[in-house]
Amino acid sequence: MPRTPALLLAALLAAPLAAKEAAPAAADPVLEKRVMALAEELRCLVCQNQTLAESNAPLAEDLRNQVRERMREGKSDREVVDFLVERYGDFVLYRPPLKATTVLLWFGPLLLLAAGFAVLLRRVQRRRGAVESGVSEANHKRAAELLAGDER
Amino acid sequence: MTRFAIPVAVFVALVGLLYVGLGLDPREVPSPLIGKPAPHFELPQLHEATKTFSERDMVGNVWVLNVWASWCVSCREEHPVLLDLAASGAVPVYGLNYKDKREDGLAWLKGMGDPYKTSIFDFEGRVGIDYGVYGVPETYLIDKKGVIRYKRIGPLTPEIVKNTLLPLVKELERA
Repeated sequence: MPRTPALLLAALLAAPLAAKEAAPAAADPVLEKRVMALAEELRCLVCQNQTLAESNAPLAEDLRNQVRERMREGKSDREVVDFLVERYGDFVLYRPPLKATTVLLWFGPLLLLAAGFAVLLRRVQRRRGAVESGVSEANHKRAAELLAGDER
Repeated sequence: MTRFAIPVAVFVALVGLLYVGLGLDPREVPSPLIGKPAPHFELPQLHEATKTFSERDMVGNVWVLNVWASWCVSCREEHPVLLDLAASGAVPVYGLNYKDKREDGLAWLKGMGDPYKTSIFDFEGRVGIDYGVYGVPETYLIDKKGVIRYKRIGPLTPEIVKNTLLPLVKELERA
């Protein structure tokens, strides 16, 4: 008698396993979500303006399968990314890492912004200087008198 | 006059930068594998499925690994260059038949000539992924210690063979 529930349980457990073989993509929605989330961060090397998640290129499909397989093996996102970078270089990452060769990429825009501000500041100062020098000494005096008179 | 000096200089620099940028090929991604040991593989050969070939069989030799497929259009363009290279005897050429059907690959070699000492059969493209293949044809030059020294993405041309590949082969042979 105790054997029957065990068999039943085994059959129930085996059913989703068989399904997994048939449709690996849909079998595990949690895993699939993780695969797609990571694939969004990775570049397809065939159509370089697409992510691995959106590309239909055969290589993108293969690489998604590699990502899925590695995640199923229990590898972390970090390990999966390292696996791809080892083979395809930093180019697969949509967010490039910060290192000596990418410093300009990361801070170039900030540098340009700073340069823009510097130019703007200089212009404004120069203009203010021009306005100030446009007021003569006599006018300054008169203005001061008028203001003083106002206080009466 | 000096008022325009800076904007003009910036403009010229920008034009220069964009001009150089236009000349670059965005498909040529620098491979992280250069200077690293060639990834290990052991795959069945295309002609004889029972025999395998591994990069370890080539230790002590300078050799070329060329990734090709019968469905690849640029491979057709590259093929005469490989035939010439193989005929010159300067360096042994091995093929990696990438994500192809066995009979298609064999028919291709029969029809167009076979430059390869042997071709290995990578139906699933696993070895291709280990080698960072993303645009067939690709060509690797591997030295005596099994280190990848050069990679070409896209078809080899007679100029590349003459000016880059062969001088490097000579240098590595001496090492």
